[in-house]
Amino acid sequence: MRIDVTAPAIEVRQLTKHFGEVHAVEDVSFTVPSGSATALLGGNGAGKTTTIAMILGLVQPTTGSILLFGRDFAVERYRLLPEINFQSPYVDMPRRLTVRENLMVYARLYGLTRPRERIDQLAVDFDFEGLLGRAFGTLSAGQKTRVGLAKALINAPRLLLLDEPTASLDPDTADWVRSYLERYRAETGATLFLASHNMAEVERLCDMVLMMRESRIVDRGPPSELLARYGRENLEEVFLDIARRRGRAETALEPAP
Amino acid sequence: MTKPETRNLPRRTEGLRASLQRISAMALRHWYLVAGSWPRVLDMAYWPSVQILLWGFMQSYLATVSGTFAHGVGVLLGAALLWDVFFRSQVGLTITFLEEIWSRNLGHILVSPLRPAEYLASLLVVSAARTLIGLALASTVAALVFHFSILDFGVPLIALFLNLAMFGWTMGLLVAGLVLRYGQGAESLAWALAVGFAPLCAVYYPIATLPGWVQGISRALPPSHVFEGMRALVFEHTLRWDSLAAASALNALYFSAAVVSFFLMLGAARRRGTILSLGE
Repeated sequence: MRIDVTAPAIEVRQLTKHFGEVHAVEDVSFTVPSGSATALLGGNGAGKTTTIAMILGLVQPTTGSILLFGRDFAVERYRLLPEINFQSPYVDMPRRLTVRENLMVYARLYGLTRPRERIDQLAVDFDFEGLLGRAFGTLSAGQKTRVGLAKALINAPRLLLLDEPTASLDPDTADWVRSYLERYRAETGATLFLASHNMAEVERLCDMVLMMRESRIVDRGPPSELLARYGRENLEEVFLDIARRRGRAETALEPAP
Repeated sequence: MTKPETRNLPRRTEGLRASLQRISAMALRHWYLVAGSWPRVLDMAYWPSVQILLWGFMQSYLATVSGTFAHGVGVLLGAALLWDVFFRSQVGLTITFLEEIWSRNLGHILVSPLRPAEYLASLLVVSAARTLIGLALASTVAALVFHFSILDFGVPLIALFLNLAMFGWTMGLLVAGLVLRYGQGAESLAWALAVGFAPLCAVYYPIATLPGWVQGISRALPPSHVFEGMRALVFEHTLRWDSLAAASALNALYFSAAVVSFFLMLGAARRRGTILSLGE
């Protein structure tokens, strides 16, 4: 399927998810331009993971719509999924399979014609050539994260959703992964959409930030604009202002776009 | 740096070939798992073989004291082997599904381009492979120890096998759907369900042996007709087309319902958001 790269990579309209009495996501709308990098920030339970799960189709919205590259995800799900991938600490890979076996399965699920070639290339890129024969379950947390990222890139997705992409990585490896993601985006024109608690990472990688609190988006803008708006030095301080309803955030709740 | 429009994308297959590749990917995933785990290989061989030894010796003993069993050589062994087809098919499908839950991998699978129908097909393929391996090993034990060959049933064996496997898959899909909908509390049904059906399915005795009101339930189950057909083959050397037709019609009905139920439960799991929490 040809993807319209001029259409927004993600267009979410009035997205709501209720689990019984629990309102996990409430009337969320946003647009992620193709080729951009957007972060979804918020405290624990703010609704970030549920929002990402809805974009991926793992959770069905109560109301609202999701368009990916201008196409309705609810209608054209299986035409869009080959263009998407994700990495999340909430899912794992079969522990008894080796790294190569795991990646081979995913390469075939995404229909790659030369899976071995792609796996070898990613193993070089993510520096785990020596781990290809090891069982996934025997890897350290950092090694698993690198393999998980390789799985997320196996189909060279045009839309990459990442939930805490550098969690459990040491600073050196985390920096290396961020550089890789920056390069991947620049070289391929892919769109990155990530949830992270690492504000420095968000400032470095993203050109748009969506701030969530209590199931809603309460503010948004490029990192520099948010810093200026809140009169803060870094995103961490902005995050704390919003989470603790301090300063501008005391009354801030953006109107529906 | 390469511009976005000139990027070197990995090439992908399309259409039917891609669909078959996705199904085979899931089969490959389970081949890797089984091939790398001797307890799983042992599990496929151990229980069917123990069953055959148990029923084989029982058959040998009964043949010495009963004219019926002396006449119907292999009726118990045949029943034990065929019952295992049903049991292995059901457990095989459910375990194949549960492996994704246990490894917290279902999220990856459901976000990949693998369609639900393809996933279903892969479950059937893997379950069929597991069942055939178990049947082959158990049949070998039966042939070596008791000189009984299940192949003596001839071509009708294929119909008997397919009907039992299909009912096993029906039950397996029901359990998988319940796990999706209600979580892992339902997974104990994976082993209990098939065993619970055993008394009703007239495996080792005719339907007429059952109390009157139970006979109605028994006749509503495809395996009962399969085992009636098998006994006719052994004792009368005739193929009971009516039994096969009844089993096939019931299977078509139940299997269709189970497929619909599985898809409905998958939809319910998406609505309830249980997919991400399964396996935790």
